[in-house]
Amino acid sequence: MRKGIVQLVAIGVVIAVATTLVAVLFQWLPTSASEEFDRIQDVYWLVTIISIAIFALVTALIVFSVWKWRVSPDDDEDGPPIHGNTTIEIVWTAIPALLVLVIGIVSAVVLARNGEAGTRPLRVEAVGQQFAWRFVYPDYENATSGELVLPVGKEAQFTMRSVDVIHSFWVPEFGQKMDAVPGIETTILVTPTRTGEFPVVCAELCGLGHATMRAKARVVSEAEFEDWIAEQR
Amino acid sequence: MTTTHETQQTTTPQYPEHFEPPRGTAYRLLFGPGLVRGAWMGALFFVLGTLLVVGLRAWWGWDPVWLWPVIITVAGLTAAPIGFLAGIGAFDYWLYYLSGRPTRPEDHSGHGARSWRDYFRVNTDHKVIGIQYIVTTFVFFVIGGLFAMIFRAELAQPGLQFVNSQEFNGLVSAHATLMIFLFIIPAFAGIANYVVPLMLGAPDMAFPRLNALSFWLLPIAGVMFLASFLTPGGSFAAGWTGYAPLAEGQPLGQTFFNMGVQWAGASSVMTALNFLVTIITMRAPGMTFWRMPLLVWANFTTSLLVVVATPFIAGSQFFVLFDRVMHTDFFIPEGGGYVLGYQHIFWFYSHPAVYIMMLPGFGIVSEVISTMARKPIFGYRLMALSLVGILVLGFSVWAHHMFVAGMADWLRVPMMITTLLIAVPTGIKVFSWTATLWRGRIRLTTPMLFALGFVTMFVIGGLSGIYLGSVPVDIHASDTYFVVAHIHYVLFGGSVFTIFAGIYYWFPKMTGRMYDERLGKLHFWATFISFNLTFFPMHYVGLRGMPRRVFDYAEAFGDLNFVISIASFALGASTVVFFYNMVTSWARGPVAEANPWGAHTLEWQVSSPPPIFNFDEIPQVVAGPYEYGVAGARHAVMSPAREAQEVPA
Ligand code: HEM
Ligand SMILES: [Cu+2]
Ligand SMILES: [Cu+2]
Repeated sequence: MRKGIVQLVAIGVVIAVATTLVAVLFQWLPTSASEEFDRIQDVYWLVTIISIAIFALVTALIVFSVWKWRVSPDDDEDGPPIHGNTTIEIVWTAIPALLVLVIGIVSAVVLARNGEAGTRPLRVEAVGQQFAWRFVYPDYENATSGELVLPVGKEAQFTMRSVDVIHSFWVPEFGQKMDAVPGIETTILVTPTRTGEFPVVCAELCGLGHATMRAKARVVSEAEFEDWIAEQR
Repeated sequence: MTTTHETQQTTTPQYPEHFEPPRGTAYRLLFGPGLVRGAWMGALFFVLGTLLVVGLRAWWGWDPVWLWPVIITVAGLTAAPIGFLAGIGAFDYWLYYLSGRPTRPEDHSGHGARSWRDYFRVNTDHKVIGIQYIVTTFVFFVIGGLFAMIFRAELAQPGLQFVNSQEFNGLVSAHATLMIFLFIIPAFAGIANYVVPLMLGAPDMAFPRLNALSFWLLPIAGVMFLASFLTPGGSFAAGWTGYAPLAEGQPLGQTFFNMGVQWAGASSVMTALNFLVTIITMRAPGMTFWRMPLLVWANFTTSLLVVVATPFIAGSQFFVLFDRVMHTDFFIPEGGGYVLGYQHIFWFYSHPAVYIMMLPGFGIVSEVISTMARKPIFGYRLMALSLVGILVLGFSVWAHHMFVAGMADWLRVPMMITTLLIAVPTGIKVFSWTATLWRGRIRLTTPMLFALGFVTMFVIGGLSGIYLGSVPVDIHASDTYFVVAHIHYVLFGGSVFTIFAGIYYWFPKMTGRMYDERLGKLHFWATFISFNLTFFPMHYVGLRGMPRRVFDYAEAFGDLNFVISIASFALGASTVVFFYNMVTSWARGPVAEANPWGAHTLEWQVSSPPPIFNFDEIPQVVAGPYEYGVAGARHAVMSPAREAQEVPA
């Protein structure tokens, strides 16, 4: 059996390495452009590490068992009557419970930090309407634009509203998303960390033009922002 | 389609005098229970429903008198189906009884199928009903699959090529709706219908007539969903989730969704009640709860989920319907409605529904793995208890579908914790299956391949579920193709693989013939590979920024979407192998033995297919169902199965 365990571990390691390569060789997430997304990516990597371990464990067990104990279809002998093992069963109840609790706690902490508005954030209202976004800046005499422009490094607090059906405000590079729901106001925070142009995508099916309900988000320097907003007034 | 003639002859029905149909064949065709009477009674009830609406509106002086959305709802989607059901004879017994006329005596003439025609009639035999379910649901599987092929063709490139955006949304919505309500849920009900009474040592389900009725509600729901394509404005197009207020302003087709869900839901609830009563009251002597096969446990817990949860989706769709046709304001904010209320009610059903779509599959896989690995299921009791754990926890997680919906903030963390905790009982199941393999004598037959394929694919789906269960990650990934990938790993790699495993596993029992093992393996590998090529890349495009339910997307995703579309066509093609195998094997496959897998559960101790009343003698259950390797162990004491005689179909 010693040899068997070694083989099993070897299979597991091969699978884990292969999956890790898949996880790191491709860039699965957009390059983060917000502090919030930086933190979300930490959670993402925590979950990924745990996932790779579990996936490798289960698939290695299956591959190994099939390879080792496969018999011809017309074999009619039985395997050993092993009905269970209380210790093992407790272990594989407790360890996953522990792992998901860790994920839960880390997630809750990140969620709380991503929801903490600092003092005097830039307020932006995102108004969804079939099939376009409108951005209003209440701090600047309700300047209104179809393009979202944000100063880099400054926390922006979005308030989402909708005039018809549910839409969902999402900028993949910010990693933040929130539905715009008719009748209520919803909020989300974004603190841009780098300048650039990013797509604003509607993520909630809102009718015929849903797929085309996109806008542009531009993160610019503080000075450029002041110039731009002055033009909008 | 073979039956045991032998047993039929021993139970030749004794019709009392008054029951001989009094007149000729033409009369019987028109007025006897059957599809012909179903057709004209459906039409008749449509007219009656129309008269009711028009009459009442005229009487009250409402304008316009001919208001089509209301007429369609009342006459077309409510009255006509009832007329149809009455016509095919689903209510005959009860109506005879109610009206004081002599009911058909318990001659069991509704049992067994003597020719293929019997499958198109109201039949009360659970084995016939099981096959009716399975065949019907696979028809809808094909239709739903073809819809997917059409929109995958559209998605092969950015921009619009083949369909317009209304058609696209309609196809996506109908695809999901058919797959969920007309394929996965009822396909499991079909398999369980066939197998559960046999496993329990029962002659039939507890309520055979109710069982027949539950089946016949299904085609009504399916036809309703499909008929929506013929309405002005096209089919319902607000997604299978039908969120308000989008659904409120949609064209007439949406009403077909609102009502179709009622019929499908009623079917589920009736079957579930039937399973519950059957499992509680009809177990053979000695069949204690702790000796029930895990498939029975799985259907027991699933049925509890169905009974408790399904009324909520019915309610959600009725509210939307009322808003649409009666101008109420349940979900219309201007009228004081509460938009998020829809989502809470909807997910209070639809999250448990994902387990309704998974637990029966867990049951199937437990049977297959134990039998094919020739070992007792590892940790049987914990396996059963984890089903119960999922059942209970499953009701406390619905709002994980609403992390970005703008619901109360405080709800997010508790719902995240319960959601993540569901991974624990789920993990127990996965680990126990792998432990069952350990040191087994593994026979890689087609059902076993699908069962093992299921375990690996389901692990991926469960792990992507953990990502989505973590609120911060879900805020990024919600409503994207990542979610599409997740649901297909759990529902296709999960549920559908287990349905395939179950069909192959019980094929010899149901048809009395053996399927072609080589074609079965070809089917598995073709499906397994094309499935992964289709759905794995969806994780990537989703995380990178592609939302779900879009016909157009950023150029950057073009190449991968092209690959996905090609792979999805291969996936579609792989099912052709399956259908070819099923049809040819059913028609002329080699005759199957009573117990080709050497399994211990009761359904294998009777002939293939089983006698009309399943057991010629009542089995006495003496031990658990998976005592492989225990010298001399038996699940039940009964005389060996007589081999069924072959009868041409
Ligand atoms: C470890 C177990 C699982 C966890 C933690 C989990 C978690 C989640 C979460 C959080 C979502 C919401 C994603 C979003 O819309 O943002 C989701 C969606 C979904 N899950 Fe799971 N899931 C699990 C297993 C399953 C299973 C077993 C099934 C079905 C067999 C399933 C079917 C679905 C479906 C159909 C949706 C999408 C519904 C829709 O919006 O159309 N999941 N899952
Ligand atoms: Cu939209
Ligand atoms: Cu859920």
